[in-house]
Amino acid sequence: MTTKFTPDHEYIRVEGSTGIVGITPYAQEALGDIVFVELPSVGKVLKKGDEAAVVESVKAASEIYAPVSGTVTEVNDALTGNPGLINSDPEAAGWIYKIAIADAGEIDSLLDSDAYAELTL
Amino acid sequence: MAETSADNLKTTPLYERHVAANGRMVPFGGYSLPVQYPTGIMSEHKWTREQAGLFDVSHMGPSFLTLNNPSGDAEADHAAVAALVEPLICGDIAGLKPGNIRYTLLLNDRGGAIDDLMVGRSPLFGGALYIVVNAGTKEGDFALIEAAAGDKARLMRADADNALLALQGPEAVNVIAQIAPDAVELSFMQYAPFEWGGERLIISRAGYTGEDGFEILVSAANAPKLWDALLADPRVKPIGLGARDSLRLEAGLPLYGHDLNETISPTEADLGFAVSKRRREAADFPGAARILAEREGKLSRIRVGLIVEGAPAREGAEILDASGAAIGVVTSGGFAPSLGKAIALGFVPPAHAAQGTRLQVSVRGRAQPAEVVPTPFVPHRYFRKLKAS
Repeated sequence: MTTKFTPDHEYIRVEGSTGIVGITPYAQEALGDIVFVELPSVGKVLKKGDEAAVVESVKAASEIYAPVSGTVTEVNDALTGNPGLINSDPEAAGWIYKIAIADAGEIDSLLDSDAYAELTL
Repeated sequence: MAETSADNLKTTPLYERHVAANGRMVPFGGYSLPVQYPTGIMSEHKWTREQAGLFDVSHMGPSFLTLNNPSGDAEADHAAVAALVEPLICGDIAGLKPGNIRYTLLLNDRGGAIDDLMVGRSPLFGGALYIVVNAGTKEGDFALIEAAAGDKARLMRADADNALLALQGPEAVNVIAQIAPDAVELSFMQYAPFEWGGERLIISRAGYTGEDGFEILVSAANAPKLWDALLADPRVKPIGLGARDSLRLEAGLPLYGHDLNETISPTEADLGFAVSKRRREAADFPGAARILAEREGKLSRIRVGLIVEGAPAREGAEILDASGAAIGVVTSGGFAPSLGKAIALGFVPPAHAAQGTRLQVSVRGRAQPAEVVPTPFVPHRYFRKLKAS
């Protein structure tokens, strides 16, 4: 199992051919209190960089982009009633959606945790 | 105020305090100001509704307009200074009693809002007004007022050498009692000078949150000391611009540049109360023909409050009728922390403005249900004395 990151502060935790996508602790801190999450529909086909979801804070809406290409297989419905899970537990209970990874090669082009940590220093 | 060389933003006398408190500094109205402190907008908002929030609003434009040659007859001098500003605005300034403040609008000759502002009559002298305008419009506003004053009065800007603090919330009155005990006697929309440690404070009972509260004009030199003294009270926390915006939105108060601009009249903005009766009867304010016709029903749009289901509808979102036809636009919108749902202000034709009207808003291309509701969304809790004059 490995976790990779985008410069836009999404993470993707790779479990076999599935990726679990959310936003990083740094991103949730920057956005502030999340009050609404617009989830993708299951079955939606995404290209790397497509807008996959939207998280809204009190002040503003922020797009969440697909870190890799693939098909949405599951979404975190708990966020509908409790969007604050993204603030309280961004890397576990606050995951946003799961994606069937179309091209494992795209994973390699993402940032590893050291490179991401350097980006957010 | 000092200018920072990096981005040419001005700083307020409390800049170091904001930085020390880990405020997230953003550019706003030409100033570097905190959008939030580490606890975040949601908790700052709720704290203000439950306790007392302290805001740095030094970016705004406080000023004093004073007759150059007062006669010494307080009533005649007030009438004279009121007559200088009334041609610019729609409020009855002549009728203000000493120490009272009126919310009014600077209008262009088409009846559009150049700004919204507060005008107070000095509690001490005839021929002196306390005028507070918005940050983004203050240069233009002051130029208009100075031109109207001519050689009869002088405008003393108080924005450069002072800080303006707002203390807002149900505990504000108990906190201000520790600083200026007599200020608790002020009624909503009254102001007076008070002494604090040998320093003069101008305190008004007003604000921009819908809560009871005070705005305090203090010299730049003493502002940090006052800021610290207020924050030493455990009922007080510093609040940033983010919660200031969500609080005023819940209170249904318009934000200039968003819910008001030079095309929007007071009638359209549902601020008809700010067009004073005497001025209406005399029809002697800028754009009177349009505004009076609007009051008689010739109105094409009016500001309404909306409760939005689902994602917040932000500024610029289209408002649709039940059939999906575009009828208006959201001018302010977001999440209401006190209500736990999305709310918005926007303009629609009067036929769609009745309370309970089912409308829709378009968010990212999707229509979401919305309903017209009365504003304020959260009831005002201003302190009005019975029989306040």
